[in-house]
Amino acid sequence: MFGYSMADIGNIVVMQGFSGLSLFSVLLLMALGLAIIFGQMGVINMAHGEFMTIGAYTTVFLSKLAVKYDIVNYYFVFAIIAAFIIAFAIGYLVEFVLIRHLYKRPLDTLLATWGLSLVMQQIFRSTFGAKEVSAELPQWLLGAFQPTSDIEIPINGVFVMGLAAVVTFGVFLFMFRSRWGLNVRATVQNRVMAGAVGINTKKVDRVTFALGCGIAGVAGAAFTTIASTGPTTGSLYIVDSFMVVVFGGAASLMGTIASAFGIAQAQSILQFFMTSSMGKVTTLLVIVLILMMKPEGLFAAKVRK
Amino acid sequence: MSKYDRRQFMKTAGAVVGASLALGMSAGVSNAFAADFATAKVNTTKLAVTDKTVKVGILHSSTGTMAISETGSIQAEKLAIAQINASGGILGRKIEIIQEDGASDWPTFAEKSKKLLENDHTAAVFGCWTSASRKAALPVFEKDNGLLFYPTFYEGLEQSKNVFYTGQEATQQILAGLDWVAKEKKAKTYYLIGSDYIWPRTSMKIARKHIEQHLGGKVVGEEYVALGDTQFGSVINKIKLKKPDVIYAAVVGGSNVAWFKQLNAAGINSKKQTLLTISVTEDEVLGIGGENLEGFYSAMKYFQSVKNPNNEKFVADFKKMWGPKSVIGDVTQAAYLGPWLWKAAVERAGSFDVDKVVVALPGYEMKTAPEGYVKVDPNHHLWSKARIGKWRADGQVDVVYESPLIKPDPFPKGYQ
Repeated sequence: MFGYSMADIGNIVVMQGFSGLSLFSVLLLMALGLAIIFGQMGVINMAHGEFMTIGAYTTVFLSKLAVKYDIVNYYFVFAIIAAFIIAFAIGYLVEFVLIRHLYKRPLDTLLATWGLSLVMQQIFRSTFGAKEVSAELPQWLLGAFQPTSDIEIPINGVFVMGLAAVVTFGVFLFMFRSRWGLNVRATVQNRVMAGAVGINTKKVDRVTFALGCGIAGVAGAAFTTIASTGPTTGSLYIVDSFMVVVFGGAASLMGTIASAFGIAQAQSILQFFMTSSMGKVTTLLVIVLILMMKPEGLFAAKVRK
Repeated sequence: MSKYDRRQFMKTAGAVVGASLALGMSAGVSNAFAADFATAKVNTTKLAVTDKTVKVGILHSSTGTMAISETGSIQAEKLAIAQINASGGILGRKIEIIQEDGASDWPTFAEKSKKLLENDHTAAVFGCWTSASRKAALPVFEKDNGLLFYPTFYEGLEQSKNVFYTGQEATQQILAGLDWVAKEKKAKTYYLIGSDYIWPRTSMKIARKHIEQHLGGKVVGEEYVALGDTQFGSVINKIKLKKPDVIYAAVVGGSNVAWFKQLNAAGINSKKQTLLTISVTEDEVLGIGGENLEGFYSAMKYFQSVKNPNNEKFVADFKKMWGPKSVIGDVTQAAYLGPWLWKAAVERAGSFDVDKVVVALPGYEMKTAPEGYVKVDPNHHLWSKARIGKWRADGQVDVVYESPLIKPDPFPKGYQ
């Protein structure tokens, strides 16, 4: 802080505050889909990252088409919707073929979905090639927003924030204000009773899983604005996703939000004052310590037994 | 050469060794026929050499995270081998490739090296990419007396009888680039940033010494980010606060793409900031996007747009074999040199035996290299030029500076 003018410091505080919020929205987007699958269904989905990759590749593919037909400025919104639909559909299929046979064996779902993630990675590699690719971004997503000449706010960060807000709001509406959400919560609380009152619990499971995957697809589409897409992109995100969900308390969506916020701010601030790696290490250490004292995570709730 | 003759030769092995040495000296001709080089003479160490063929290994990752980078090297090595075969092979023998997948997993590299040397008895192996994979394979090559051609620019501090390094060691890549930026951009303050593993750390150590002791500059920040990290918000803000004349970057892999995208999104572009990187080649640009790099600089020894007849032919051949959209980065070119250098060495030695090949290669001058002229130093590295390229939006560079030939110095004094 020495040798810098007050104006400099003020600007940095603003930009640093923004990068914390931006990291928060990234973590939240990553973790939301997983929170639904892991939190509500108790399925440890190791292929979560690969569903993000599906969304990312969908965006890249559509961006190639958009370039061809010269509609780069508009396609991105459709790409996000398409990413959701495709990831949702594949998730639906995966639940039907694989997951539903393993509900009573949670550790086996871990292995099965991990295997699935390897298979998917190799499929990406064979289909799209081993090289990393980037989506062609619309002009309005590039560059920085400058409220003053020295403050620069990345527009893609603002976009990811907006999207995270929309998706979170959507999930809340779905879970707490819709018939479907009611069925999901009923199944989580008591599967037998839910079945007895006429809820098709199998269908609920399938849609819940597919929804989580669809949200992962949206996250993947959004991340094409900040990073590239390759066959193993998903593995970059999977650890952070689990960290957010576990730290937040597996069954609580509020917990996921709080935990994403806490981790993002801690990491962002620590990385500013320490070196980047040390900032991350310190954050992880704090999380480990807190989890040792509160093994259920920040917000503990009832999980399906 | 009939089988009967070969057996005869095997029986009189002692005499054969002498004869092969004599033959080797007289036979520096490239269009040799197998008949002039009896198998028993050119192969006294039970390598996989027959009258018609010689087996070599290609050992790179075609799966896993490193597949992104290593695919280009595999393609270049296959191209070189196809060309050598088309022009008559080596000592009249066609090269057969045994390809193994290191799978981006370092112990796998060691295992596959063992397989290539002990089961397949390959005469040479072209492979490894990361330093970690090379370090894992090295003990195997030394124990089994194999021969490895390693293509990647790397941190130096290594020299083995069994390895030829066709990429640059650290000083060849770093010093000329820093000299250039200090002179041309009048840079005084530097911000160093790299991924957190051995190559960036060693490179930055050398860079810092050079900046502080020889250029009279100042390092205002040195930062390492975890491999695979994609969030650079805080780091970029730190850079904004320090306002360095030059950002000197060695970020790799998926992080590299995120780094440049976010740098640009945060308003740091070539109009305001000089940035010199030692970890971006044409391969990486595919992921990063030319528009995010435009106007920034890379220090390499080769760029696809280097202008000389060798390179024009190489680029055309490469695209013919691997498709018009393929791009060629620094390491891909270095990988292409491997089979050609090996061919030259075998022909100079008149033998496939590793001990003879290893002695024959140093001093060899290759005038047909796409990067221009290279020379093999006794320390098993190549003399090559350093080039600075300025990125264009289309993912190619304009070469803005070319150094004289630089002697490789894997153990630089005063930089360790």
